[in-house]
Amino acid sequence: MNRYVWPLVAVGVLLIFLSIGLKDRDIRALPSPFIGKPAPQFELPTLKNPEVTIGSKNLAGDYAIVNVWATWCVQCRKEHGFLLDLAASKTIPIYGINWRDSRVEAIRWLDDLGDPYVASAYDADGRVGIDWGVYGAPETFLVDPEGTVIYKHLGPLDSYVWQREFASRMASGGARP
Amino acid sequence: MIPEIGQFALVLALSLAVCQAVLPLIGAHRGDVAMMNVGRSAAAGQFVFVAVAFGCLTWSFIANDFSVLYVANHSQLSLPTIYRVSAVWGAHEGSLLLWIFILSAWTIAVARFSSGLPAAFAARVIGVLGLLSIGFLLFALLTSNPFDRLFPAPGDGGDLNPLLQDPGLAIHPPLLYVGYVGFSVAFAFAIAAMISGDLDQRWAKWTRPWTTVAWMFLTLGIALGSWWAYYELGWGGWWFWDAVENASFMPWLIGTALIHSLAVTEKRGLFKSWTLLLAITAFSLSLLGTFLVRSGIIVSVHAFATDPERGRFILAFLAIVVIGALILYAWRAPSLDSDVGFAPLSRETFLLLNNVLLVVATTLVLIGTLSPLVVELATGGKISIGPPWFNVAFLVPMIPLVILLGMGMHTAWRTQASKPWLNTFKIPAIIAIILGVVIPLFVYGRISILLVVGCAAAAWIVASSLIPIIRSVRREKGTAGITRSALGMTIAHLGMGSFVLGATVVSAFGVESDRALQPGESIEVAGFEFHMKSLGNAQGPNFSAIEAEIEIRDNGEYVATVRPQKRQYLVQRNLMTEAGIHPGMDKDLFVALGDQLGDGAWSVRVQYKPLIRFIWLGALIMAFGGLIAVSDRRYRPGSKTSSTAPAEPAKAAEAPA
Amino acid sequence: MKPRQQRMLAVGLAALGIAIAAGLTLRAFQDNMMFFVEVSDVVAGNYPSERNFRIGGLVVGGSIQREEGSLDIRFDVTDTACTIPVMYSGVLPDLFREGQGVVAHGRMGDDDVFQADKILAKHDEDYMAPEVAESLSKHQQDIVEAAAAGAAECRPNDS
Repeated sequence: MNRYVWPLVAVGVLLIFLSIGLKDRDIRALPSPFIGKPAPQFELPTLKNPEVTIGSKNLAGDYAIVNVWATWCVQCRKEHGFLLDLAASKTIPIYGINWRDSRVEAIRWLDDLGDPYVASAYDADGRVGIDWGVYGAPETFLVDPEGTVIYKHLGPLDSYVWQREFASRMASGGARP
Repeated sequence: MIPEIGQFALVLALSLAVCQAVLPLIGAHRGDVAMMNVGRSAAAGQFVFVAVAFGCLTWSFIANDFSVLYVANHSQLSLPTIYRVSAVWGAHEGSLLLWIFILSAWTIAVARFSSGLPAAFAARVIGVLGLLSIGFLLFALLTSNPFDRLFPAPGDGGDLNPLLQDPGLAIHPPLLYVGYVGFSVAFAFAIAAMISGDLDQRWAKWTRPWTTVAWMFLTLGIALGSWWAYYELGWGGWWFWDAVENASFMPWLIGTALIHSLAVTEKRGLFKSWTLLLAITAFSLSLLGTFLVRSGIIVSVHAFATDPERGRFILAFLAIVVIGALILYAWRAPSLDSDVGFAPLSRETFLLLNNVLLVVATTLVLIGTLSPLVVELATGGKISIGPPWFNVAFLVPMIPLVILLGMGMHTAWRTQASKPWLNTFKIPAIIAIILGVVIPLFVYGRISILLVVGCAAAAWIVASSLIPIIRSVRREKGTAGITRSALGMTIAHLGMGSFVLGATVVSAFGVESDRALQPGESIEVAGFEFHMKSLGNAQGPNFSAIEAEIEIRDNGEYVATVRPQKRQYLVQRNLMTEAGIHPGMDKDLFVALGDQLGDGAWSVRVQYKPLIRFIWLGALIMAFGGLIAVSDRRYRPGSKTSSTAPAEPAKAAEAPA
Repeated sequence: MKPRQQRMLAVGLAALGIAIAAGLTLRAFQDNMMFFVEVSDVVAGNYPSERNFRIGGLVVGGSIQREEGSLDIRFDVTDTACTIPVMYSGVLPDLFREGQGVVAHGRMGDDDVFQADKILAKHDEDYMAPEVAESLSKHQQDIVEAAAAGAAECRPNDS
């Protein structure tokens, strides 16, 4: 009887390991120190018009998206079509932070491909990005009407992510259902 | 509308699967014929609805319905129609639907061809398959619905990953799944036998053809994946021991052991507990593979975009299936006695060693695949186990296996006299040793222990496998000619020989060289001259490319022109390398563009791959061998020998395997 | 030899064979385990000195330098706290570019430059090696605090 139980034991041990591993491995849920905290204060010149400034003050009052992008970022181009669609649907205002980029190139990029942003802030040296905990592009933050960051997404935005992570949080007042 | 029909069809399929699972199993227990017969009709109904659901999803792709979330994420207006169809199974939700579809197809095949089986047994098999269908349908409906809608619907989709826009990769998943899912039939047969307690040679005979067909498709699927990686990923490798590749290879190894073990059980009534355990393990490894690929637990470039919630579901399902099966095993196996013995020198011994070595090989692959995870959980250190370890570890059981292969098929059942047996091997052994030295030294100019072993092993397998064919052709006295079953075995073993030869030669003698090249320049690799004639632009339906025209010469004589490309796909904007390959049975010459180095020069990777096609040819031959074996007379429905009467023990040494 | 003795001999030989094979395999295992070391740890000097290991991070924008017409390339890799230079000679994978995640196999050279013999970048837009992602996120807090304190950005890992 005994030796026929060994496979069960071995499989049991394996399954335990796998379930522990699964809990550990939620790659997509990288903790960000900013979730649940007020959006970092900033004020930067806009991309197209350096005289005008834009900052955290513009975010208050309603849900808003802050999208970090740059012309050297290939993934940003991939999500650009989706951002244009999102902007056209007037679901939510999209603010851009043009991160560590060339102003001239960035403006040309938007002229060529279309501009989904209410306005883009120009963060030449990346300091504001650091404040927001940005370490790559594209990254997109969801900010609630009180100015709290409730979600951060790494990588390009697409319809699937929008549905699952952003739209669902907006609908349920900030918490993921 | 159509996606909603599809979703509704899935729900109906689920309810039919419940009928298909519950009623026949209860009916078999009670001996209620009416309930048992429900199994077949429920299975047919389930197939119809799953087919409808699959059709709806396919239609949504072809019609570019971007209001379906899955379509929007994986298709695009400019995607050629054929790839719109293959995009259906290009990502998690759709490939899961494909899995469900193939499972219900296997189920109705079993329902259709099971008239020779006792009613209760057939009912239990179909019932178990129904339980599996329930699991997968629930998985789809609860966590991975391909019919989720997206509002507002975007004007255009996110495009199918360009890597998947390829004919080879388009049919790779279907082939692979037919194999994976096919092992569920052997599994169901095993469960049914354990439930009823009826484990005799008949059960092994019934299970064999189903297992062989599944194994065949898995062989083709894996080979196709390897071939695709070779020409598409641009770097000339054909096996990377990547977690997902291993996930498909482990069921194959166990499946091979299972086929052989079934032969012993059918012929001699032995190895019953081995065979049961192998049948359970093969399908469990298929499920484990699904888990590894879709849960995010193992990182791989192949893995699907994931969600731990899905991982939890599959893990729970895997746990229920495997633990349930093993409990049955622990219950029934002790009573599986056989008083039939066998001598140390007998076919049974060789097949026992075959089982052991294949299980060792599988265990090593499993250890290599899972240890990064285990080490990380235990110590926090992040390690990776790569091809260098796998290549060495895998050879440890494989070398003895290959040597034994040549000997086992000529050994009689029960007991074999040693003198005539040794005599059989004189010629193949001599041929093997000679070729083992000649091929490396005289054809390729280099020699080493591993090379000699590899080439000798290949020659040994081929020479040894040809013996039954030669004898049959010569109609030697006392032999009955060769049956399809034995012919299939011989062909499959020949395929293995081809594979060993190709793998040995290309690993040892392949040359890979990264160089800088400009238009007008030439470089020399492995004795061939590669001359870049020009570099220009090219255009495709959904990509634009830089194309190089490279002329290959051998000692001044023109060999071929290849046109490697660097493509940029218009939507996802990623770069892809399209290699320029000059194929040949004796060698492949392979050129891939790297990147621009400035000054008009590009880096190129040039490779010389001798005998690499023997690898995939070997797999094709193996699969063909399986096909021949399955077409043996005794598996045909309605023939005398496929009846439920027990098989007669083998007589002569040359009797079919 | 009696059958019983024969069998015991066979079992003994088999056991010996398995032990040898297991020993070889384990040794190969030890030799072939590739450790992943964070960039900050490398800068602090915590890395295996006599063997290959892996590093990962983001390719720093603007850091890619290439000698014209040569396969040699030099670039910086950062985990956002610290940065190290990497040298490599050969063809680069398609998705290798600035601002993207990269994993390199190799060893530290004497000149504090990482000599890579293999570069892995993604095959797929959404794939970032988890070690890279975790390493990056671990240093988030460090950077923010350092920036707030006005301190230098690269603080070798204390742990």
